[in-house]
Amino acid sequence: MWQAIRRWFDPRELRSVGSTPDYRFSLANERTFLAWLRTGLALVAGGLAAAQFLPPLPLAHLREVIAIALLLLGGTVAVRAVDHWARTERAIRLGEELPASRFPAVLALAVGLGALLLVAAVLARAVGDP
Amino acid sequence: MSDAAEPARPGGLDGPGGLDGPGGLGGPARDPGLQPERTRLAWQRTALALTVIMLLTVRLALTGPPAGSVFGALVAGVAVLGWGATLAVCWRRATGTGPAPGHGRALPLVALATAGFALLGTLLAATGLG
Repeated sequence: MWQAIRRWFDPRELRSVGSTPDYRFSLANERTFLAWLRTGLALVAGGLAAAQFLPPLPLAHLREVIAIALLLLGGTVAVRAVDHWARTERAIRLGEELPASRFPAVLALAVGLGALLLVAAVLARAVGDP
Repeated sequence: MSDAAEPARPGGLDGPGGLDGPGGLGGPARDPGLQPERTRLAWQRTALALTVIMLLTVRLALTGPPAGSVFGALVAGVAVLGWGATLAVCWRRATGTGPAPGHGRALPLVALATAGFALLGTLLAATGLG
């Protein structure tokens, strides 16, 4: 794992394999990374907003749990983004297939499931306390 | 309506010493996909998102659960300093996007900064659990 982290920070090692691709491919890869990073930043912003703008919820500490879950998910998305960027850059340089990933599907399911749970909670509250 | 024709701009919209560096006036044909410009704008959007995160973190630190404590002030200070350093990284990379890019360490640095903000937010939200 430490080796992977060192690799992210060492641009020379990334450039030591394969051949330099058309710069537009590198820039497109960089923009994809930035789009993922903003996804992570949006999740972190959601967590920070939940911690300070949600009223205390009937279930003890539910607000803090929602906030921390969003924050950790956002941090994970950001770290995964740089790892995926480095692996894609390597594949482009070597002319290999781009790395496949299940992460987008997992993230989409997690966000969708979270939204459904919140809808259920809001409905339960509206029915139970008119 | 003035019938003055659009003046010829051989170097493209970016003009002399264009934003795209070697792609500007007198250089090779301008990149029709505007890749450097799109990448620069992506960095600017990311910097903007980062600023929102910093503001939310400072607000949570100063008005949230740890309000008035040394810990809250410390987290707010770290958030502002981290934001400034990360913005400098974004700025340097945004002005350096071009056909001969050297992304250096900018990408892992902003990813780790995002993870750092997620961690700060988690610490702040967790003080609400106590």
